[in-house]
Amino acid sequence: MTRNVVRVGNGQGFWGDSARGPLQLVQGGGIDYLTMDFLAEVTMSIMQKLRSRNPQAGYATDFVAQLERILPHCKEHGIKVIANAGGVNPEACAAAVDDVVRRLGLDVVVATVGGDDVMADLPRLLDSGHGLTNMTTGAPLADELDRVQSANVYLGAFPIAEALAAGADVVITGRVTDPSLTLAPLIHEFGWTEDDHDLLAAGTVAGHVLECGTQCTGGNYDRWESVPDLAGIGYPLVEVAADGTFVVTKKAGTGGLVDVGTVTAQLLYELGEPERYLTPDVVADFTSIRLEQDGPDRVRVHGVRGSAPTDTYKVSISTLDGWRTTAQLTVGGPDAAAKARLTAEILLARLAEEGVVFPAEDCLVEVVGTNVLYADMLPEPATAPSEVVLRVSVRSTDKAAVNRLGAELASLLTSGPPGLTGFAGGRPKASEIVGFWPALIEKSAVEARVQVKEVVA
Amino acid sequence: MSTTTVPLGRVASARSGDKGADANIGLWTDDERVFEVLREQVTPERVEAHFRALCRGGVERHELPNLKALNFLLHDALDGGGAASLRTDAQGKTLSLGLLQMTVEVPTELLG
Repeated sequence: MTRNVVRVGNGQGFWGDSARGPLQLVQGGGIDYLTMDFLAEVTMSIMQKLRSRNPQAGYATDFVAQLERILPHCKEHGIKVIANAGGVNPEACAAAVDDVVRRLGLDVVVATVGGDDVMADLPRLLDSGHGLTNMTTGAPLADELDRVQSANVYLGAFPIAEALAAGADVVITGRVTDPSLTLAPLIHEFGWTEDDHDLLAAGTVAGHVLECGTQCTGGNYDRWESVPDLAGIGYPLVEVAADGTFVVTKKAGTGGLVDVGTVTAQLLYELGEPERYLTPDVVADFTSIRLEQDGPDRVRVHGVRGSAPTDTYKVSISTLDGWRTTAQLTVGGPDAAAKARLTAEILLARLAEEGVVFPAEDCLVEVVGTNVLYADMLPEPATAPSEVVLRVSVRSTDKAAVNRLGAELASLLTSGPPGLTGFAGGRPKASEIVGFWPALIEKSAVEARVQVKEVVA
Repeated sequence: MSTTTVPLGRVASARSGDKGADANIGLWTDDERVFEVLREQVTPERVEAHFRALCRGGVERHELPNLKALNFLLHDALDGGGAASLRTDAQGKTLSLGLLQMTVEVPTELLG
């Protein structure tokens, strides 16, 4: 059975997005596929670390909790779920989902898409001539192997489509490009092939519009005063036709706004060279996109062109690059900004007394309230602020040095200028600086792995 | 034809974000004639000068006439970006509103 229109909604723009999204989209039906995006580059390195301590960890645990709430609605309305919640351990995520399915007394086909995680393969890949050279610096990875925290290939949409073709109700992936969560069901439903470059580009653009959730329905929008009911903001969905044209919209009765402006804003978000938006499946040309208002909260998108993809995958490799922390205090009263600057000087002088000195490029003092974000762009405020927030941030390869900053912070309240407050939450501690090592790898060196299993209560 | 100097935010909109250690700012307008103003006046050189306190690696501009939009890539503008940056706005979320403070000279008749 071929549908005329496939409706895909995205209920999660990143790990930490509201649990309202997925529930809103599946309650009462109205979509065919729910996508959920949990992964950012930094997430992968955190998950890799969790898995190194516990072989059953390393996936987005929030997803499992959310699935428990939404799965009954999904079963009732025939909605399939596609999420990159697998992180560095899709199999463990699937096992946790199995438990949920059994607890709910449902019959669900659960699939995993893996093969993206090449961490364990790195020595073999390097030995067999894949340099995994840093795309920005040109440095070879071999010299830095001991700093690597995670290494994942960005897979495309076709392995997910394969899982759907095998009957999956829930597809859990590791690292895939964000738009492929949306493109995959379109490939599956409409039978698009690897040579349908314009169609694959259209589905990729649809995925790009959806991938940050409510950023295309009025969230983070500079014309915010024109957006109604941000509190009840609707999560986005697309209605896609077999010819690749689609409408961006949201469910009736939800807040927010979908117009040419909100969709344009999201099309431009995190965009590089517009003519060459690269995915493993296609090169999409964002200068070909046409937008039209198609009724209230509906924007029609058409005209998208694409061309053949490159023969490489992007690999995201994370490295441990040192440690950082931020010490923060609120400063009130007359001359708040001057007192904040003095406080920072005192703090750094006390550290220097013990031999802890951070070079200028690794130490930043910000007096929030004095044009920190808009230095040189806006005139200094005419009236001095009666309160400011002081942030002193440092980084180093020496974790102990970074931790000294937090240790010297509290005493400033009794040994610094007056008006210091807001020391809460204990001493700030050193956190890891995760660096990213972008590289390319020939597609032939990587094999996506699709596993499908029926879970019966 | 009389012109008026206004902040970009009066006639255009913007959104910004991070691409590794670079930031991008998308700038767009609803009006074709304003788009011509943006094209002529919001040059990469001006944007680089505007962000001189933050951006260390130069500015690249791309045009999307289909969306009446310009896309700016601000190289090395985030102090390393992501987890490495020491800045409050490590991801460049607020840079768009900074760009909208830049002034342009607009035909007065285009200002509603």
